[in-house]
Amino acid sequence: MAEGLFKEGVAAGRLAPSQYADNFSDLHPPLIRHEALVEADRCYFCYDAPCLNACPTSIDIPLFIREISTGNPLGAAETIFEQNILGGMCARVCPTEQLCEEACVRMEAEGKPVKIGLLQRYATDIAMEEEKQFFTRAPETGKQVAVVGAGPAGLAAAHRLAMHGHTVTILDAREKAGGLNEYGIASYKSTNDFAQAEVDYVTAIGGITIRTGQILGEHFSLADLTRDHDAVFLGLGLGGVNALRAEGEAAEGVENAVDFIAELRQATDLASLPIGRRVVVIGGGMTAIDAAVQAKLLGADEVTIAYRRGKENMNASEFEQDLAASKGVNIRHWMAPVRVISENGKVIGIELEHTTLVDGSLKGTGDRALVAADQVFKAIGQTLATDGEGLILAGGKIEVDAEGKTSMAKVWAGGDCATGGDDLTVTAVAEGRDAAESIHRMLMS
Amino acid sequence: MADLRNNFVGIKSPNPFWLASAPPTDKAYNVERAFKAGWGGVVWKTLGEAGPPIVNVNGPRYGALYGADRRLLGFNNIELITDRDLQTNLREIKQVKMNWPDRAMIVSIMVPCDEESWKAILPVVEETGADGIELNFGCPHGMSERGMGAAVGQVPEYIEMVVRWCKQYSRMPVITKLTPNVTDIRKPARAAKAGGTDAVSLINTINSIISVDLDNFSPQPSIDGRGSHGGYCGPAAKPIALHMVAEIARDAETYGMPISGIGGVTTWRDAAEFMALGAGNVQVCTAAMTYGFKIVEEMISGLSNWMDEKGHATLDDFAGRAVRNVSDWQYLNLNYIAKARIDQDLCISCGRCHIVCEDTSHQAIMKEKDGKRHFEVLDNECVGCNLCVSVCPVEDCITMEQLAPGSIDERTGRIVTGDYANWTTHPNNPMAKPVAEPAE
Ligand SMILES: Cc1cc2nc3c(=O)[nH]c(=O)nc-3n(C[C@H](O)[C@H](O)[C@H](O)COP(=O)(O)OP(=O)(O)OC[C@H]3O[C@@H](n4cnc5c(N)ncnc54)[C@H](O)[C@@H]3O)c2cc1C
Ligand SMILES: Cc1cc2nc3c(=O)[nH]c(=O)nc-3n(C[C@H](O)[C@H](O)[C@H](O)COP(=O)(O)O)c2cc1C
Ligand code: SF4
Ligand code: SF4
Ligand code: SF4
Repeated sequence: MAEGLFKEGVAAGRLAPSQYADNFSDLHPPLIRHEALVEADRCYFCYDAPCLNACPTSIDIPLFIREISTGNPLGAAETIFEQNILGGMCARVCPTEQLCEEACVRMEAEGKPVKIGLLQRYATDIAMEEEKQFFTRAPETGKQVAVVGAGPAGLAAAHRLAMHGHTVTILDAREKAGGLNEYGIASYKSTNDFAQAEVDYVTAIGGITIRTGQILGEHFSLADLTRDHDAVFLGLGLGGVNALRAEGEAAEGVENAVDFIAELRQATDLASLPIGRRVVVIGGGMTAIDAAVQAKLLGADEVTIAYRRGKENMNASEFEQDLAASKGVNIRHWMAPVRVISENGKVIGIELEHTTLVDGSLKGTGDRALVAADQVFKAIGQTLATDGEGLILAGGKIEVDAEGKTSMAKVWAGGDCATGGDDLTVTAVAEGRDAAESIHRMLMS
Repeated sequence: MADLRNNFVGIKSPNPFWLASAPPTDKAYNVERAFKAGWGGVVWKTLGEAGPPIVNVNGPRYGALYGADRRLLGFNNIELITDRDLQTNLREIKQVKMNWPDRAMIVSIMVPCDEESWKAILPVVEETGADGIELNFGCPHGMSERGMGAAVGQVPEYIEMVVRWCKQYSRMPVITKLTPNVTDIRKPARAAKAGGTDAVSLINTINSIISVDLDNFSPQPSIDGRGSHGGYCGPAAKPIALHMVAEIARDAETYGMPISGIGGVTTWRDAAEFMALGAGNVQVCTAAMTYGFKIVEEMISGLSNWMDEKGHATLDDFAGRAVRNVSDWQYLNLNYIAKARIDQDLCISCGRCHIVCEDTSHQAIMKEKDGKRHFEVLDNECVGCNLCVSVCPVEDCITMEQLAPGSIDERTGRIVTGDYANWTTHPNNPMAKPVAEPAE
């Protein structure tokens, strides 16, 4: 055991070098050919398959699994990419236990669904490793479309638009394209720089230019875009973070969970990344789980998630909660932050209050507990980072109709920044793709 | 405990499970292991005439047909008869029989189709103390090109002639092994009987090409880019074998002639089915070559438990019990009406029953009810074909239920009479007779 494990405070290098590699390797190792064939054989090739209907991008799951089982993984990959060009990332990050695999009839039959996610990864990995492109561009239409945000929504929209012959410019604020695929998804879900490989794969169709370091509202306005382009798609995601509204929040050591994760995802040497010996994460979603688990994997000794409601209210799936528990994360329900305690400006603990429901609304019971902490991560939801640029918002998101049209002519939006859908990679892809189809119909009419 | 002892044409064995003449019975080493594992008897790998033994190919000789999870369903081979010296085989047969007096030891023989060759081999085999001989008229590849094996088995006159020689020049019981590569299996069986055979055994392997290599376009197993047809066997061949056994068992001319059932026997259940259709015992090859000799333990305990459960004290209690129920189509009761029923508690909603009935059958299964995914049979469309039962992944989820006499068949609107009526008197039959012929 490395000596760093019990080092007080926030410190780097808590683990032996080999442990970092182990801890951050694939959560679900990919299937080898034999495993894929055995698993594919389990699929019943259902009619009007429940799994397909549960997939936000409606991938023809029975068909692609049958293609795998007959030794045709490229055919399988094409079936997947037809509906979801980010099928590779989705295979890694989708909460399948709440989507396709939950609906799988094998779940009903024996409680063990067909491993759809892993099979999808098997097929898409083969196609991407072979650099096999399935789609070609229609003849140039001469139409220009601006896409803001190079996350899953933006990339899916761009690919579909390019396929229809339009010329696409993607503008993104950050240094690298990929959105949360690059900066947010837990490391053990997307290893080996997969997000960048996927960006390359998606843009290889041609007709797409990505310009990074371009911030809407700072370097250009929405009005500039609508003036210079035939259409605009906004896939901005949710860049802002909610405030904790707890006393002492400004202390050193109180950080945004998404920033911590982004830093982790970009780190070239995980051993150089400082982490507290005692870490508290506030929140109940996927971000909270990911921050807590990765803190643990970096060598934090005690990691606690404090969530103000019950287990059943957590946005993180049961699988994610179990994953956290299995890594040694302590999840405490019905606890809300009251006060961050600091010494010399540095956090040393957090005071939590037990909560309960009184007539349907959440109330503190007055019963409080102190939890020691060198680091506190806020994972209590993200918000839209822009002021809306004149667009109509609803519930803090850009309001869109079923096709992704916003209140403004020539402007569409999709993914986390827009209303409707769960905040998932796969829904972002579906919304980006569908908005692109809507834009295409408009441009060609 | 049920009594599994078997008496087949006077040859006794502790159970009805014999290993068929094939690689598992090629030499003393294998047969000793088989007997240790519990097999009731063996038919020694086919012997040829004295002199230089035949040769086998030196490349792959087997090929397989797979089901889910690479489970072997069908097996194909281009192997010939034993490629070991006759004297070595005879010496080993004698020794093994001495070591295992309670087990059946049958020697399979294939020599050229002339009296001298048979006259020469029979006494030397008899000298080993073997319990009987099996005439290999079945091998469909290689040997048949040389006028032996299936080449003899396909000509009833030759069968009769060779069997007669064997009965004339030997005191041993003769089992004639038939090839399935004929259009009517009753002809060779009748010929064997006419020649005086004590029993027939069937089937030998079926002519087959198991697969084609799509890189070099060679049939498989591929020998230097070429393939020859082989012999097909294993679980996928069982239905063909069952039918042929039944045809012989119910044929007026061969009725009562002992049959050793072969072809795809893999479990105790397969064995029970063969015996119910008239086989006196069974022989196994592919299942042993797929899993090893230990499977006989499952066969013994499975058969024994089933017999206990059903109250069959000995093999004779159930042997042949299904023969009288094998009928010509024209005698099937057309007034027997069944409908598919789906057990909603077992249904996992895969929708396969719906899509197969909808696409390829009678549009008799609904896919939704009250706006929800739901699979239920429409009695007014269901013809009772059993397709849905065949494809449903859940056992017993769909069953075929007989309509009780007096109820109405919603498809035809007619009352179910409960009377027996078959095609022979059906109004649509141009050759209809006034009174129904009973099934015998
Ligand atoms: C920590 C974490 C873990 C997650 N884990 C999972 C998971 O396991 N599975 C899953 O399905 N989902 C997960 N999600 C959710 C998922 O990542 C998102 O739903 C998805 O990325 C949304 O895609 P998007 O394209 O709408 O937005 P994003 O991926 O957020 O991309 C938005 C892009 O827009 C850019 N941008 C933002 N503002 C501007 C601007 N003003 N100017 C220019 N560019 C701008 C950003 O730089 C970014 O590249 C997770 C989210 C987080 C935060
Ligand atoms: C590799 C192999 C070699 C065989 N050789 C012989 C043989 O020499 N003599 C013979 O009578 N049958 C031979 N057979 C046929 C088997 O005895 C048996 O009739 C056939 O395989 C069907 O039974 P099964 O389905 O249990 O395998 C052979 C079968 C196989 C697979
Ligand atoms: S529900 Fe399950 S078994 Fe049915 S098609 Fe989908 S993956 Fe296959
Ligand atoms: S028995 Fe045949 S006709 Fe009836 S529901 Fe089943 S498949 Fe359809
Ligand atoms: S095939 Fe069987 S399990 Fe599937 S829907 Fe039909 S009845 Fe249900």
